[in-house]
Amino acid sequence: MSDIPNDLQYTESHEWVRDNGDGTVTVGITDHAQDALGDLVFVELPEVGKQLAAKDACAVVESVKAASDIYAPVAGEVVTVNEALGDTPETINSDPYGEGWIFQLKLADTDADAGLFDAEEYQQVVEDEA
Amino acid sequence: MLIQEQSRPGRTAPAQAPLHMADVSDLPAGLRRQRRAALPEVSELQAVRHYTRLSQQNFAIDTHFYPLGSCTMKYNPRACNSLASLPGFLARHPAAPESHSQGIMACLHELQDMLKIVTGMHAVSLAPAAGAQGELAGVMMIRAYHDARGDHARREILVPDAAHGTNPASAIMAGFTVREIPTGSNGDVDIAALRDAVGPQTAGIMLTNPSTVGVFDRNIQAIAETVHEAGGLLYYDGANLNAILGKVRPGDMGFDVIHMNLHKTFSTPHGGGGPGAGPVGVSKRLEPYLPVPLVIRDGDAYHWQVESDRPESIGRMTAFGGNMGILLRAYIYARLLGAEGMRRVSEYATLNANYLLARLKAAGFTAAYPERRASHEFIVTLKKEAKEYGTNAMDFAKRLLDYGFHAPTTYFPLLVPECLLVEPTESESKESLDGFVEAMTKIRAEAQDNPDTLKQAPYTLPVRRLDDVRAARQLDLAWKPAQVEG
Repeated sequence: MSDIPNDLQYTESHEWVRDNGDGTVTVGITDHAQDALGDLVFVELPEVGKQLAAKDACAVVESVKAASDIYAPVAGEVVTVNEALGDTPETINSDPYGEGWIFQLKLADTDADAGLFDAEEYQQVVEDEA
Repeated sequence: MLIQEQSRPGRTAPAQAPLHMADVSDLPAGLRRQRRAALPEVSELQAVRHYTRLSQQNFAIDTHFYPLGSCTMKYNPRACNSLASLPGFLARHPAAPESHSQGIMACLHELQDMLKIVTGMHAVSLAPAAGAQGELAGVMMIRAYHDARGDHARREILVPDAAHGTNPASAIMAGFTVREIPTGSNGDVDIAALRDAVGPQTAGIMLTNPSTVGVFDRNIQAIAETVHEAGGLLYYDGANLNAILGKVRPGDMGFDVIHMNLHKTFSTPHGGGGPGAGPVGVSKRLEPYLPVPLVIRDGDAYHWQVESDRPESIGRMTAFGGNMGILLRAYIYARLLGAEGMRRVSEYATLNANYLLARLKAAGFTAAYPERRASHEFIVTLKKEAKEYGTNAMDFAKRLLDYGFHAPTTYFPLLVPECLLVEPTESESKESLDGFVEAMTKIRAEAQDNPDTLKQAPYTLPVRRLDDVRAARQLDLAWKPAQVEG
């Protein structure tokens, strides 16, 4: 059973979103996503300063099985990326909700969390896929 | 051990050394080597042993059942190789004039014609040197067609999510954007989603039929109408042509452009990266854009058609006439089969696939599309086995090697979890198919008793389980000498 923390929000495409309370959010991929992809070998990070619309493909994670796009869960500007993943993509496998975060966005508007799932709803998404 | 590691300074194999040193004094000094190349220095016997050992370690269609889905690893008849190796073919210089090349040009012209007939297309160019290059040629022709009509807004190519990864890559290489079309749970393209996606921006759709999930798309007529009505063109990826050879023609299904993988359907040796051949066929409206050279016949004489004869051509994709040796083998294969034999290819390929699928289902394995008849290949999903025993598709694949079977394609297509894509081809006997089912059944029993047996596999091959994660994280692609002598 994959780990789905209650304090985060989720997307159908398996990103998680943490509201940092200062108008920024942190984004990563879920435990379920890293488990399905398998050992990650490469992460392509978005460019800092890039303006993203919700659902824009903005990063890529690659495992020995597949390469997958990461989508912006909400609209915003990329303010920070997790450079450490360049050398250690496996951090996403070992700590998807912590050190394995991928990028931070400055929210374009305050109503940005519309359409995101809570932990319970995301649990359902994962179960429906199984 | 690499041959470089066997090298000792001064050791040579005189019989294999060139008789004369090439004179390179006319090359610009800046481009000449300043020191000797780090070539291995070994004896003739060492070289013979090294490469003989490598050939013995090879897992190949000549030694094992090779059901690698989507790759059509069929038997390569020896006759094709020996006839293509006739001195008249082998010794021909690629720059020889037309007057001295009439024999091989006649073969190429006939091959163009046979491919036209068997695919139902209006014209064929043999130029592209691989399937992916054929794809690129195909989408470049789609682009040239729209551009020639001043229809510059058509910049989007539709690609079903069951497509080969090369399809979206080719479209992007040709300057298009790609929109993905979902596949329904029955394996057919989601026709409603397709209708929503087409519009004045649609340049075309790239479709494989039968698709990579191993089923024939029953809505092909509706797909063709939908895309054509929107002003787009239909591209046929010939990866799975083996399933319909001589039975169904892409031209009749409404496709405007097609590439064929001769190294799959027409049985030229492949694997390990080539060489291949990816001829393209087109409908009448795309003919002006075909890549050059083409062979045309004028009375009893054959001529090359090049850029100056075909000003609207997308151009030249390879040196000279393409991968001639491969084209010749395909030509001979087609001549050996004839039209009747080509129909037999697809009949036996689909019969073998459906027999194998039925036996695996009876043995308790799960088909990804249980209600569908297989084309020439099918998908088994090991999701249940992964859940119950903790052994994944890769573990099954690796263990199959110990039983003397090359693994099927694993984890492709991506939309089916823990999948094996199995393509037995028409070449295999009933006994080898039965042997595969027996091995799969034994492996599942092992997974049940002791999953570790699978996780450590293979045990019997020259190398054990490779660390593909480390290999991908720490790329090490070039041998470097420990020390270079100055």
